Amino acid sequence: MTDRLPGFDTLAIHAGAAPDAATGARATPIYQTTSFVFDDVDHAASLFGLQAFGNIYSRIGNPTCAVLEERVAALEGGTAALAVASGHAAEFLVFHTLLQPGDEFVAAKKLYGGSINQFNHAYKNFGWNVVWADPDDPATFEAAITPKTKAIFVESIANPGGVIVDLKAIAAIAKKHRIPFIVDNTMASPYLIRPFEHGADIIVHSATKFLGGHGNSIGGLIVDGGSFNFAGDDRYPALSKPRPEYGGMVLGETFGNFGFAIACRVLGLRDLGPALSPFNAFLILNGIETLPLRMQRHSDNALAVAEHLASHDKVSWVSYPGLRSDRYHNLAKQYCPKGAGAVFTFGLSGGYEAGVKLVSNLKLFSHLANIGDTRSLVIHPASTTHRQLTDDQKVQAGAGPEVVRLSIGLEDKDDLIDDLNNALDAA
Amino acid sequence: MLIELSRPLPYGPFMDHGNYTNDYIRGILQSVKTIALVGASSNPARPSWIVMKYLIERGYDVIPINPGLAGGELLGKPVYASLADVPHPIDMVEIFRNSEAAGPITDEALTLEPLPKVIWMQLSVRNDEAAARAEAKGVKVVMDRCPKIEFGRLSGEISWQGVNSRMLSAKKPVLAGKGFQKLSLNRPR
Repeated sequence: MTDRLPGFDTLAIHAGAAPDAATGARATPIYQTTSFVFDDVDHAASLFGLQAFGNIYSRIGNPTCAVLEERVAALEGGTAALAVASGHAAEFLVFHTLLQPGDEFVAAKKLYGGSINQFNHAYKNFGWNVVWADPDDPATFEAAITPKTKAIFVESIANPGGVIVDLKAIAAIAKKHRIPFIVDNTMASPYLIRPFEHGADIIVHSATKFLGGHGNSIGGLIVDGGSFNFAGDDRYPALSKPRPEYGGMVLGETFGNFGFAIACRVLGLRDLGPALSPFNAFLILNGIETLPLRMQRHSDNALAVAEHLASHDKVSWVSYPGLRSDRYHNLAKQYCPKGAGAVFTFGLSGGYEAGVKLVSNLKLFSHLANIGDTRSLVIHPASTTHRQLTDDQKVQAGAGPEVVRLSIGLEDKDDLIDDLNNALDAA
Repeated sequence: MLIELSRPLPYGPFMDHGNYTNDYIRGILQSVKTIALVGASSNPARPSWIVMKYLIERGYDVIPINPGLAGGELLGKPVYASLADVPHPIDMVEIFRNSEAAGPITDEALTLEPLPKVIWMQLSVRNDEAAARAEAKGVKVVMDRCPKIEFGRLSGEISWQGVNSRMLSAKKPVLAGKGFQKLSLNRPR
């Protein structure tokens, strides 16, 4: 007998989710409890000392959240994962584990506007200093590295859409300088791109988007690729130095290739506290079961809509890597041959005014600040998600005044095209 | 049916040490009872102490080996200076030393009578020459693995920590008896 390697669709349904050991419940139960009774005093001591596997308190771990963690770790091909309250919380715990005050990290300047804000404002208060680089020019990442650089951060497909990042090129720079390479894989999901296969060391997700997929739950994931050796590396004391509160344990040594995920849990979640609700974990798990079906449909619909818009006389440009004429089309063929995702931007010949009119004339598209819903969504980034950026930053992030962003849902594509046609006619 | 995820074993007389099957590891952990742990530590922050405590809690008879601690007790078990000093048969020798030291320790284990059934080298410890000498005598070898992690993976316990166990199953995990936070290896497949 030989061991089988299950496929992605099988993992999306089964990974992490055996029947409940106590009751046999087949769907993953929602363990809506703050705490877990210890078997005895010695068991409690072992759990607090990180010497045994088990549950203590839902801020640090919960069996429903653990199923989500293992599911996403399996889909990404990582060693372990940690579920947290939001995508922002995932980023926060990753940097908290890697950075000390005065440290730097290099980030792509084309990112979700919320991440740009987080890096520019909140992180400065911790003494974590972002240095921006151009994801279209990997050499700028190498040029930005200093002895204080502790991490490199990019999005695989960059929000607000249309940018495919050359992960292999940036991974090679990170490896050369022995710096962990963090990839936000929210826009692609592991169905379209698996960043560990291209050299990422750590993956973060906003599970709010395509993983959950139904627009009903905020959540985030950190996935440990197990590829970066933190043990013995003085630059990362959270993993390489003895932890006094754990009796002198060295987390990167004791937990080996899943030490990073454990450190984010037993230091980050313990002290900073952004735990995921078990109910949200349950809803996100339900979403993940259909991730392969949904992501394919999202991408197929998005391509059809993008092709239509590209030929429309009121549209000045469409930025979707699935289009043959797109500047990122070759990178898309390399990194996401199944499809280029659901989210893209386009510009209207009529500029800002036409964009505002279009948004208000649409009937099926919902005007809101999210992506990755079953429903099709529309937003004007310059006045919403990217509003807090300077005009320069807006243009650099692909969110100039004439730009409209769509997140294409799972409806009939002909209905979406019809809705856009009518709204464009009226614009 | 349990779908298991390690890569298939190539045909051949010796174990493919990069790719143990789950059945191979499970078979070892279900068949051994007495484990001599070479490189035992009295420091509760050390992985060797944690693994020893875990294996004792899972019902194994663990014999700590450490010349510096010989004559004393560790976790209630008498400590011996060497494998040769242990006065009863040993099913498995677990090596918590570096890859180079694993060579002579394996050779010492291969002089025991009766022979141990298994030589297990801890995560990050690998010595292919020593493994070949053991396998030539019919002793099974595991290298670069942790028995605590493997037990946790195969029983399902490690999944509580969000670790990718690489195990899929539509069968219930089996509670180990006491309480709800210990699972058994005797999971239906």
